[in-house]
Amino acid sequence: MALMQEEVIRAGDSESQWSPALDNRLVGLWAFLATVAMLFAGFTSAVLVRRTSPDWQPIPLPGILWMNTILLIASSMALERARALAGQERPREARGWVLAAALLGFLFLSGQVGAWQQLRALGIFLPSNPHSSFFYILTGVHGAHLLGGLFGLGYLLVRPRRAAALNLWATYWHFLGGLWLYLFVMLFVV
Amino acid sequence: MLTAPEIDPVHAPTGFIRRYIFSTDHKVIGMQYLLTAMFMALVAGALAMLMRLQLAWPGQKWPLLARIFPDGMAGGVMKPEFYLSLITMHGTLMVFFVISFALLGGFGNFLIPLQIGARDMAYPFLNMLSYWTAVPASLIMLASFFVEGGAASAGWTSYPPLSAVREAVPGSQWGQTLWILGMAIFIASFTMGGLNFVVTILNERTKGMTMMRLPMTIWTLFIASALGLLAFPPLTAAAILLLFDRHFGTSFYLPAGMFFGNKLLPHAGGTPLLWQHLFWFLGHPEVYVLLLPALGVVLDILPAFTRKPIFGHRMTMYSLWTIAVLSMIVWGHHMYVSGMSPYVGEFFAIGTMAITLPSAIIGMNMIASLWGGTLRFRTPMLFAIGAISLFGTGGLGGIFLGNATSDIHLHDTYFVVGHFHYMIGGVTLFGLLAGVYYWFPKMFGRMLNESWGKVHFWVTLVGFYSVFFGMHFIGLGGQPRRYYDFTKFEFLKPFTEMNLFISIAAFVLGAAQLLFLLNFFWSWFRGTKADSNPWQAATLEWSAASPPPHDNWGEKLPVVHRWPYDYSLPEATEDYAPQIAAPAGGRSGSWR
Repeated sequence: MALMQEEVIRAGDSESQWSPALDNRLVGLWAFLATVAMLFAGFTSAVLVRRTSPDWQPIPLPGILWMNTILLIASSMALERARALAGQERPREARGWVLAAALLGFLFLSGQVGAWQQLRALGIFLPSNPHSSFFYILTGVHGAHLLGGLFGLGYLLVRPRRAAALNLWATYWHFLGGLWLYLFVMLFVV
Repeated sequence: MLTAPEIDPVHAPTGFIRRYIFSTDHKVIGMQYLLTAMFMALVAGALAMLMRLQLAWPGQKWPLLARIFPDGMAGGVMKPEFYLSLITMHGTLMVFFVISFALLGGFGNFLIPLQIGARDMAYPFLNMLSYWTAVPASLIMLASFFVEGGAASAGWTSYPPLSAVREAVPGSQWGQTLWILGMAIFIASFTMGGLNFVVTILNERTKGMTMMRLPMTIWTLFIASALGLLAFPPLTAAAILLLFDRHFGTSFYLPAGMFFGNKLLPHAGGTPLLWQHLFWFLGHPEVYVLLLPALGVVLDILPAFTRKPIFGHRMTMYSLWTIAVLSMIVWGHHMYVSGMSPYVGEFFAIGTMAITLPSAIIGMNMIASLWGGTLRFRTPMLFAIGAISLFGTGGLGGIFLGNATSDIHLHDTYFVVGHFHYMIGGVTLFGLLAGVYYWFPKMFGRMLNESWGKVHFWVTLVGFYSVFFGMHFIGLGGQPRRYYDFTKFEFLKPFTEMNLFISIAAFVLGAAQLLFLLNFFWSWFRGTKADSNPWQAATLEWSAASPPPHDNWGEKLPVVHRWPYDYSLPEATEDYAPQIAAPAGGRSGSWR
């Protein structure tokens, strides 16, 4: 996400600059998250419409998803720990927790592929029925966003002293964690 | 030229490529968008000319055109499927690649930092990336004319099954795939630009530039960006599903039992209505993404040429917001004939009627802004008044289409074509041209030629009304849109001459725009030199040099003391006060 990195040239005019309530990058991030939310709102309305048709046959819940969910929650918690440590000026320890969060995130993504394989083994493929189509596509799109987050965590590992960047990526990461819980509930619970 | 006369040696890039090609300067990026939009307008306009050629003289041979389009115009006669790709690409290019590029990409990038008192956008690099994503999107759209089967043919709305079944029409093959790809990249580009606009307007304002002191152009750009950011993603979702239906055998939009040739398609259970809902959830707000900035430009131009503040400043602002919010919940008025429940239809009709209220307030405020003013009929002002006129006429047609009862008769006729060309074709075009004539001196430090400008205006205004006014009436008479040939229908025979007249008027309208292009490029290099504030306007950008240097403001950022429309002040000697003028007697002004 290059939008986090480029700063405005504003050397020499700080005297006439008022300071906005929220940092540029934070406003940008939340505006971006709003677009992601609307993307999945679009998908949701498609699910709601398509679900009412008679050919909708619920697919079984791949068991590995429970483990994946726990992994992603643990990953978010690790990132929170890193954020707390970075706030206490302990960048080395914070870096360790970022690494843990990234590894857990990677395990989650591998687990999602595992869920696809569990379904494949049952003979449930992308075009099999609308529920499976939505499952594959929505986990895929969510995974793609998470992959972007992994690159962000990788950036934090290279530049461990950027506390502001850590805050931003943690916000993004938690948002995707919450989004996963939402998708899980929407696709399999309600 | 775009050269910055006195540039900070630390920050100003040197070298042609960093300065003009991969530039992060908002002014250069704005110019790049504007020029790209002009090129795309030439292409999209030429497509419209081809359509009118066919409708005026159906089946006529044009040997010269056979050389340019050996497939679509084989033997010089237009093929029906080529006509379909013409209407599709004309709409797509004009909506997304001309009006969006010019009003948001062009004016947005050029004006936002200058009007709010910033040195650049919040994310200059992202801004450059946004433009250089828009370029491949444009190229993909243009390339789709030259793939097997030709460009997409399902209309700019891309309704399935035409867009979802690859066997449907020739344009449903590669052309449609490229259309989806091009749109996806365009949306990515728009998202980057929109994020940048929102953050810049919120956070990069200079000292004293409160939200209520922002000029209307900035307000409308802000609303339009926010609207686009929220409305485009659902279309992305819809397009992803469409792609899977086309290439991976899913059935989101395709019902069971579809035959093409002798082949039964394997799809089952989907519904094309799902696409229509998702598309119009974007499609309707998109109208306002285009329209609102044009209104903002007009509202900013009026005070400079009437020498008085705009009428009903706050009411206009609230109305703009009301339109934006309502526009998100009225998409169903495009789908009255889709078999929706009359109760649902009534909901959408009431919502749509509700939009006429703030629209009427804005229109009335614009007319009242003229009342009692010292009118100066320079070219920007003429185009601004033209835009008000089209907003009124077009809005009137909207009332008929917004009501389900009358829309069921008018749906998919030329009444619709006439109406939306007034709004997203006319108001936007006139607002855009008004803006170009108005800000040209700021962009290039030279004036556009005034006499040519007036000729351009009158031919464009008369041409525009001649083309699209009559369409309302042949639409009432039942002439359907998107048809390739009307001569086969007995009941449309009386409209033959009207169609011929519309075509000739369209050619005149098109030719007038070439005159504008000539004026633009001639004046760019040879026009009369302009000083920094040739219109004696009060908004902040006129306090910068023309053209502004790389950092816009030199050493110190400007400090803003008043609202942007301080004209005809009773106590002042000059008839206007620029936003940077400190109030007399050290009075610290209110929000004004």
